[in-house]
Amino acid sequence: MDLVTLRSIFTVLVFVAFIGVWIWAWSSKRKQAFDEAANLPFVEDGTDTNTHTKGLQP
Amino acid sequence: MDTASTYNYKVVRQFSIMTIVWGIVGMSVGVLIAAQLMWPALNFDIPWLTYSRLRPLHTNAVIFAFGGSALFATSYYVVQRTCQARLFSNGLAAFTFWGWQLVILSAAITLPLGITTSKEYAELEWPIDILITLVWVAYAVVFFGTIMKRRTKHIYVANWFYGAFILTVAVLHLVNSAALPVSAMKSYSAYPGAIDAMVQWWYGHNAVGFFLTAGFLGMMYYFIPKQANRPVYSYRLSVVHFWALISTYMWAGPHHLHYTALPDWAQSLGMVFSLILLAPSWGGMINGMMTLSGAWHKLRTDPILKFLIVSLSFYGMSTFEGPMMAIKTVNALSHYTDWTIGHVHSGALGWVALVSIGSMYFLIPRLFGREQMYSVKLIDVHFWVSTIGVVLYIAAMWIAGVMQGLMWRAVNDDGTLTYSFVESLERMYPFYFVRFLGGAIFLSGMLIMAYNVYKTIAGQRPAVAAIPQTA
Repeated sequence: MDLVTLRSIFTVLVFVAFIGVWIWAWSSKRKQAFDEAANLPFVEDGTDTNTHTKGLQP
Repeated sequence: MDTASTYNYKVVRQFSIMTIVWGIVGMSVGVLIAAQLMWPALNFDIPWLTYSRLRPLHTNAVIFAFGGSALFATSYYVVQRTCQARLFSNGLAAFTFWGWQLVILSAAITLPLGITTSKEYAELEWPIDILITLVWVAYAVVFFGTIMKRRTKHIYVANWFYGAFILTVAVLHLVNSAALPVSAMKSYSAYPGAIDAMVQWWYGHNAVGFFLTAGFLGMMYYFIPKQANRPVYSYRLSVVHFWALISTYMWAGPHHLHYTALPDWAQSLGMVFSLILLAPSWGGMINGMMTLSGAWHKLRTDPILKFLIVSLSFYGMSTFEGPMMAIKTVNALSHYTDWTIGHVHSGALGWVALVSIGSMYFLIPRLFGREQMYSVKLIDVHFWVSTIGVVLYIAAMWIAGVMQGLMWRAVNDDGTLTYSFVESLERMYPFYFVRFLGGAIFLSGMLIMAYNVYKTIAGQRPAVAAIPQTA
């Protein structure tokens, strides 16, 4: 197999991987996990306390 | 209370304060060299103050000192809070702070002395490169160590972007800095000719893509949702955004070398990948902006949100402009002109600086136990001052750049050049003045920020935040 063929295969593989990422990201199985992840910045709310303030504005 | 049950805010505080200090220093040097282009006598005939030596000092100070400190500060804050874990090592974190300050100090000494590798954005000589490597390895250990000890199930998307930034910058720095030292402060690149140029711009463009983009997108993915108090518009899109952006940026570097000795196919490859980059860039921008969907009214009253959202507008603008300028025929006009400088500053001031400033206004009160900044009104003033400054700057450079490009390419019927170089330079004066003015206005905004931050933290004891015990 010559170099051009290998490069062509690589290009196709990358394209397939890209489509794969889309399918994976939009699959309904991932929905719950992504929702949990998207809320990670908020689960810690109310723990910003210290000696001066009682919690912070969001 | 330096125990395992609290977050390490100390290093975040240190880097946050230095972000503002280095921002002022780096932008002051920028204003000085902008003034030198207007009034060359401002180098006072002192070699250390010549434009050629101060220009790399300006770029290093704003990118690596200001931008770098902002990235260290926010990444350490975000990784702790979204992993619900204290930084992996207090000692290594402190080493990254003091080590990075030492790198900056070394740059501030060696560059005015004329000690340089002459590689753009990688000017620092080999002993400093080694120090950068050590600091960066420590940074990676602290960051990924914290992710490994996380108490949450998922790794938040902002950390993916920060992680890609840390890993890629390590690879870029190692490859591009490979050199043969010939004395304590002089080395020669390991690569010859056109290969050296390609390695340099593979580094250079990925410094834009990963240092100045991926890292700051990490900032965007945490601070916009926090400030808007709603999760990111589409987490799915953020996943596709991440993989598309990092796999495309890697190939765009050759657009810095159009019409040079670089093989033609490599130039075309760089152009095509630069054009493709528009898609992930805008995907990310839309994701950040749409996070405000249903809460647009917050933009009217919240100046921090104004900083963050307008930074995304500039990001969208410069990631549209960039691919256009990477087209060979457009590049034939724009390359080597001030259009490039305008493009860089629309990204650096409009995107990188504004998103950093917005994030700092979010962070600083929290790090010092205040509910908000000393004056919200002054944040608003800062927002308008910096926006006006950026717009003046980039508009002046667009006009100057296009005019230069057109004058340089103009030829008479007999094939001779219509204009001499100095004729084009003469036409630049009004625009160089507007650029100087825009930069000075932007800098004055940073001074307003420094005052506001000083009033916010003066007399405050450092905040201590406990890690939630329910994972």
